[in-house]
Amino acid sequence: MGLILDRVRRDVGAETYIHETSLRLAPGTMTVLLGPTLAGKTSLMRLMAGLDRPTAGRILTTDGRSETDVTGVAVRERSVAMVYQQFINYPNLSVFENIASPLRVKRLPKAEIDDKVRAMARLMQLEPFLERPPLSLSGGQQQRTAMARALIRGADLVLLDEPLANLDYKLREELREELPKIVRASRATVVYATTEPQEALLLGDYTAALWQGRVTQYGPSAEVYRRPTDLTTAQIFSDPPLNLLPVSKREAVIQLPGGASIPAGGALAALADGDYRLGFRAHQLALRAGPAPSLAFAGTVTVAEITGSESYVHVECAGLRWVALVPGVQELEPGAAITVHVDPAHVFVFASDDRLAHAPAVRTAA
Amino acid sequence: MARIELSNLAHSYTPGASEPGDFALKAMNLTWRQGGAYALLGPSGCGKTTLLNIISGLLTPSHGQVLFDGRDVTGLPTEQRNIAQVFQFPVVYDTMTVRENLAFPLRNRGMAGKAADRRVREIAELLDLSGELDRKARGLTADAKQKISLGRGLVRPDVAAILFDEPLTVIDPQLKWELRSKLKALHRALDVTMIYVTHDQTEALTFADTVMVMYDGSVVQAGRPDELFERPDHTFVGYFIGSPGMNVLPAEIEGSRARVGGGTIELSRSYDVPSGRRIEIGVRPEFASLAPPGEGLAATVERIDDLGRARLARLRLGGHPFAASVPEALADIGTAAGVVLERAQVHVYADGKRLEGRA
Amino acid sequence: MDKPYDNRAWLLVLPVLAIVAFSAVIPLMTVVNYSVQDTFGNNQFFWNGTGWFRELLDPSTDLGGRVFDSLWRNLAFSAIILAIEVPLGIAVALAMPRHGWKVAATLVLMAMPLLVPWNVVGTIWQVFARADIGLLGYAINRLGIDYNYVADPLDAWITIIVMDVWHWTSLVALLCYAGLKSIPDAYYQAARIDGASRWAVFRYIQLPKMRRVLIIAVLLRFMDSFMIYTEPFVVTGGGPGNSTTFLSIELVKLALGQFDLGKAAAMSIVYNLIVLAVCWVFYTVMTNLDVERRRLPADR
Repeated sequence: MGLILDRVRRDVGAETYIHETSLRLAPGTMTVLLGPTLAGKTSLMRLMAGLDRPTAGRILTTDGRSETDVTGVAVRERSVAMVYQQFINYPNLSVFENIASPLRVKRLPKAEIDDKVRAMARLMQLEPFLERPPLSLSGGQQQRTAMARALIRGADLVLLDEPLANLDYKLREELREELPKIVRASRATVVYATTEPQEALLLGDYTAALWQGRVTQYGPSAEVYRRPTDLTTAQIFSDPPLNLLPVSKREAVIQLPGGASIPAGGALAALADGDYRLGFRAHQLALRAGPAPSLAFAGTVTVAEITGSESYVHVECAGLRWVALVPGVQELEPGAAITVHVDPAHVFVFASDDRLAHAPAVRTAA
Repeated sequence: MARIELSNLAHSYTPGASEPGDFALKAMNLTWRQGGAYALLGPSGCGKTTLLNIISGLLTPSHGQVLFDGRDVTGLPTEQRNIAQVFQFPVVYDTMTVRENLAFPLRNRGMAGKAADRRVREIAELLDLSGELDRKARGLTADAKQKISLGRGLVRPDVAAILFDEPLTVIDPQLKWELRSKLKALHRALDVTMIYVTHDQTEALTFADTVMVMYDGSVVQAGRPDELFERPDHTFVGYFIGSPGMNVLPAEIEGSRARVGGGTIELSRSYDVPSGRRIEIGVRPEFASLAPPGEGLAATVERIDDLGRARLARLRLGGHPFAASVPEALADIGTAAGVVLERAQVHVYADGKRLEGRA
Repeated sequence: MDKPYDNRAWLLVLPVLAIVAFSAVIPLMTVVNYSVQDTFGNNQFFWNGTGWFRELLDPSTDLGGRVFDSLWRNLAFSAIILAIEVPLGIAVALAMPRHGWKVAATLVLMAMPLLVPWNVVGTIWQVFARADIGLLGYAINRLGIDYNYVADPLDAWITIIVMDVWHWTSLVALLCYAGLKSIPDAYYQAARIDGASRWAVFRYIQLPKMRRVLIIAVLLRFMDSFMIYTEPFVVTGGGPGNSTTFLSIELVKLALGQFDLGKAAAMSIVYNLIVLAVCWVFYTVMTNLDVERRRLPADR
């Protein structure tokens, strides 16, 4: 079942939680709602689920041929399952009974329930714990129980609201890997809310970037990542934060802050005169010049953080604060002078209205 | 100012425990030098919070001693140790303003007037809270509240160590960056020992000079971030640090050759392998790269993850899951492929512990 | 939290509305009707307009005097028991155990007085405090203190207040206990690290976190004590003299003792309006607190 939001809006009191939004989620796909806290992820999910009624607009489901208007249809009468950030299970039922509960409500025959629960438990790696109460399990196992319960109904729409946020880093990593397999096996349309760009890339076929109640961009995840249509989307989809450099273009010259200027080569030559902001992600900022001609900036190190194989070097250049993600262990003293390089072929260019004016060419490989 | 020593320290929540399984913390001797930045890294239930609470004095250990600069403080309550702690969920005094919050620990210690006020303003300046000093603390965002919790620790002139218990749990990813580099800068600026407890390897590695990886009540390895990454002493460390963790494969070792997954690879050192032990090799995905079939070890490709700035191959190698990085130049990846390992970065483990080998 | 909106919900409310109409609205209209008329029985009514209300609200008349006297008595009573029960309830809540089997035992013990019916509470204390045969009254007199609640107004007041405190302090304590239980351990640990004194912990952590439940406790105890009838009626019958005659007792005297239905009706309306006004004030304070809480950042 696909889901269509048709010019949906949601007001609460005088505040608009969700501005007019139209989305089409194709059947069987996974869409990630990506945005910071308070961006409206949960509000949008509640509208999709039918827990809240939109102030304006329609919500429809589609089986590929015909569309059904489900605006105002109670959540109980829709085929929807939801998993929350908190692990919500029935504490006095065993894991088996927890997973079986939606089937018991449907009054399925006992043998069928048994088969389905065991199959789901195998998929979720919960088999050894079926007879235990959920509270005796680890956070990851509890959350897998909650997800198993949501998925076993075979609901057409599965909503996952930051389901991994309360888990340990390593468990999160493992579930991130398992989730796409599980979801694909269920063939449901899945919506997954998160604040982390990495999850959007790993999990979502599609990504909807959300900011202050607006969907700033919706599309295939890799495309949203590589061609963000505006600055906000690019910022939401960058971790570490996007580095920015304000410039202005006058004919064939690009004026940099601090007085320096460079010739506007390559794709930049085609831009109209005006003020722009260049954006580039942390891994595009290097400590050494590459083979291609690059822009060089003198700055000072504020902090260097080492992650093992790589280092995050925070630098201050011409009053701007940037982060560079560089390979290897870089032991740099704060305050040390440093030159950083960026290849102009790898930068996003945003116009003064924050719309994307130019994006680097997508790598040809794969 | 303090050097913190733990001498034969162990803790059990059940009195009179004797079985190793009863101990939340197994016997350990550790020294933390004055002014260091430390991280305690491990999964839930590994004992890291127990250890932190013993240092801060919220918990009295069942065995052993805690020494500050050689002085036994094992029995001293928290308020008599020069310790501050920042908790997972921000603790602020709701009814007070930011200024009153920051001044609270000073007031409790009988420090008031101009000197206290100057100190509060100094700390507010350090934490970028100067503009918020007269706002009520309750209405602030989570990251501002967390800064206040930290500020209440920093404001005390006598503080020797600040302990952090997963302080960034409720902070958005974008703000995490800011707070983390702020912490690091503060550590540089102030001569204070900082101990940071987390399950998040990025937080631990980026914050600390020395990371202590904990597992099941013991510290399995302590070292610089690059040491932990490049030479994990234990397969658990290899698994826990790095994302995804180190690949571990069963292997047969003969001198400097290893038979693994139906192929043979050359090692950079030679090993005398003790018999009757579980022998494995470990190599990080960063040091294993995907290659056309025929090169290196044979593997089958299950999936390629696009991480944005890099691609990661999920493979099967001799029936075991294996992750490898995909070189940018490699296109058209079919199901059959090869994996090339960086020889110097392949480690040998016996029963989970790394073997040194001979050059 | 927002709920799905469904007009059929009104259907579910209808039966309640019908019952309320029969049990409250119609009697209330009867009372309003009585309050503007004078009757001498036999179903004979004479229009009196706002006469009763004017008399009632004028302290110089006999009726007005009695009403105001009992109103002050009532307010004094409410103020005294609040001044005792709230601090005492907080103190008891702070002293209650937080962990282990003692929690259940304490909760059961605390709930005991709340389970005793009003008139039984009255009877217990009436007997218990009697100077001749009551255990308490006899013991006090044996100690050489002259105590007799039937004869001495002060003794009567003390008896009623002690009785109310015995009956209701545990309610305040249980509410406060619930508020205290919701404070995470980290707050106490942070306070220890900040070197806060016991008083500072109470003042800056426990009291602010108990604020909401305290407002509810004060509201409940105020309303209840302002409408108190059964217990003082059983113990003192409003005496000695009129010293413990509260508004409700005055009202019953007026309606059933003297059968002045018109005056009684007017008085019960005024009584009702006072209660409603107090309720409204509390309601406003509480919703304001809620708004303040909602403004806190939370994920939508």
